[in-house]
Amino acid sequence: MKKLFSAIIGLLLVCGLLAFGAHSLQTSSGSTGKKVLNLYTWGDYIDPSLLTKFQKQTGYHVNVETFDSNEAMFTKIKQGGTSYDLTVPSDYMIEKMKAAHLLLPLNKKRLTGMQNYDARFMNLAFDRHNKYSVPYFWGTLGIIYNDKYVKPGSIKHWNDLWTKKYSNNIMLIDSARDVMGFALASMNQSMNTTDPATLLAARNKLNRLSPNVKAVVADEIKMYMIQNEAAVAVDWSGEASEMLAGNSHLHYVVPSEGSNLWFDNLVIPKTAKHFNAIYAFLNFMSEPKNAAQNAEYIGYATPNAKAKALLPKAVRNDRQFYPDNRTISHLQIYQDLSPAKVGLYNDRYLEFKMHH
Amino acid sequence: MQRKQRLTRSTAYFIPYTLWILLFVIAPVLLLIYQSFFNIDGQFTFANYQTYFASSTYLMMTVNSVWYAFLITLATLLISYPTAYLLNETKHPQLWLLLIIMPTWINLLLKAYAFIGIFSQAGIANQFLSFIGIGPKQLLFTNFSFIFVAAYIQIPFMVLPIYNSISELKPSYINASRDLGATNWQTFSRVIFPLTLPGVKAGIQAVFIPSLSLFMLTRLIGGNKVITLGTAIEEHFLTTMNWGMGSTIGVVLIVAMVIIMWLTGGRKPRSRKGLTK
Repeated sequence: MKKLFSAIIGLLLVCGLLAFGAHSLQTSSGSTGKKVLNLYTWGDYIDPSLLTKFQKQTGYHVNVETFDSNEAMFTKIKQGGTSYDLTVPSDYMIEKMKAAHLLLPLNKKRLTGMQNYDARFMNLAFDRHNKYSVPYFWGTLGIIYNDKYVKPGSIKHWNDLWTKKYSNNIMLIDSARDVMGFALASMNQSMNTTDPATLLAARNKLNRLSPNVKAVVADEIKMYMIQNEAAVAVDWSGEASEMLAGNSHLHYVVPSEGSNLWFDNLVIPKTAKHFNAIYAFLNFMSEPKNAAQNAEYIGYATPNAKAKALLPKAVRNDRQFYPDNRTISHLQIYQDLSPAKVGLYNDRYLEFKMHH
Repeated sequence: MQRKQRLTRSTAYFIPYTLWILLFVIAPVLLLIYQSFFNIDGQFTFANYQTYFASSTYLMMTVNSVWYAFLITLATLLISYPTAYLLNETKHPQLWLLLIIMPTWINLLLKAYAFIGIFSQAGIANQFLSFIGIGPKQLLFTNFSFIFVAAYIQIPFMVLPIYNSISELKPSYINASRDLGATNWQTFSRVIFPLTLPGVKAGIQAVFIPSLSLFMLTRLIGGNKVITLGTAIEEHFLTTMNWGMGSTIGVVLIVAMVIIMWLTGGRKPRSRKGLTK
């Protein structure tokens, strides 16, 4: 009995020590301190030297915490355990967070530099009048091909993927919305359709693509494409820019008939506490020089028109990542669908994956 | 007095284990069953089970899962039994056993990524194939590579129980069998194999059950060309947020595992805990 008691006391002691350790760690990392900003963002999504510059200029220390999916971020903000001051959801997630009352409206009087942003990327359906969000990066869904195996220019449209010669040579990103989406776009349908018959038709069309599909994978696509493992891939522009940087034979195409246009915008979640730091940071990131530096480092397209003008000509005029107006006018932003409709997309997608 | 104290002490020793079982085995299973009776809007329903058994997709997936788990188990058994047998004949079986167990110290994901490197177009396997004149082949994203990697991961869990039962086998039985005129094959099939069957059964349980719900490997090595129930569960919990349907598939998997335990049972199973992915 005595042994058991000492064991229990020992355990309690260890628990206490751990709690104390966790607490002191949290304090030292500054998440409860005063002159800080807690930024919750995607992995490797900001130039670290900008954070140092921001601290030098304003005195605020930025704590960066990262997430790898909108859904994971949503859950964590909803639980509200940590006082995140800023986060970077994608378009449809902004809609969802707004509906769940997880966002605080921006105080426009404290924002400077909003006029730097391209009017095309403001006042969009997911956030009218930018009441809650400031654009951070934008991009597209498209096709990456390797010119060792594919004649440059021979892939321009989604339907080109169905050509027999790419048998077992295409990699797809493992995402229901995007794979179903490009099938829908190839049929000139809305990428937000919720019509069951249309979704069924899209699945049937995808089933016909399956002899060409080599694999349906996630982040690994980058590595495979750089290592010449497959000739063609469907992925997001941000991933594509990293692939292109790693292998000069790769090219990125946004099909002109339509594709997905996505946005990652900065928003203030309801867990925010350090408002002076938040507005200082938003204004800092809106400055053309800083936005341009960030865009050059990350390789995504900046929505900041004045920052774009500062980018090297080769980047600025790159039609792969800054498509022309005609293509942009055909791009579609995902809407937040109801859980039942998301389920519909995923069921059809799972059926396609089963079809091998 | 003395006796009573001993009794309370032994009950006290049971507390951690009972708590563990209650909190981490029984409660989650009950929650899973409870959760499986709710639809996406949080209403009580049996529809998830109806959907499951009426959908050819899910039934196909179930058949797929069981089939691949069977193939993985078979491949593992065919490699492990002779290995365990030879291990028993070697001079330092403990050392060899250690070497066989060593890979389990490495994280499953790391091993999967290592195989991506080995099997890719420019990987070592293809370099070797080119060297011996066969030329590079598509190895990744094939059924072969999926079963190969899964079997590689499971082998230690098959070798251990079989080795245990072989080493417990008394050499006098084999000698007696030979003395009585049995051929090598007869000795093996009539004496050695039946006596080591419990080890084989334990190994099958330890391999088949985790193989049923493999899901990371189906994407990383199988390129989602092999779809098992694990893939569907992951999707329902992470993307569609339809926890009811995900739980239903989970319950079906648990039932399948109970059936396997029952079929291979009859003896206290020496299955491993954790490491199921």
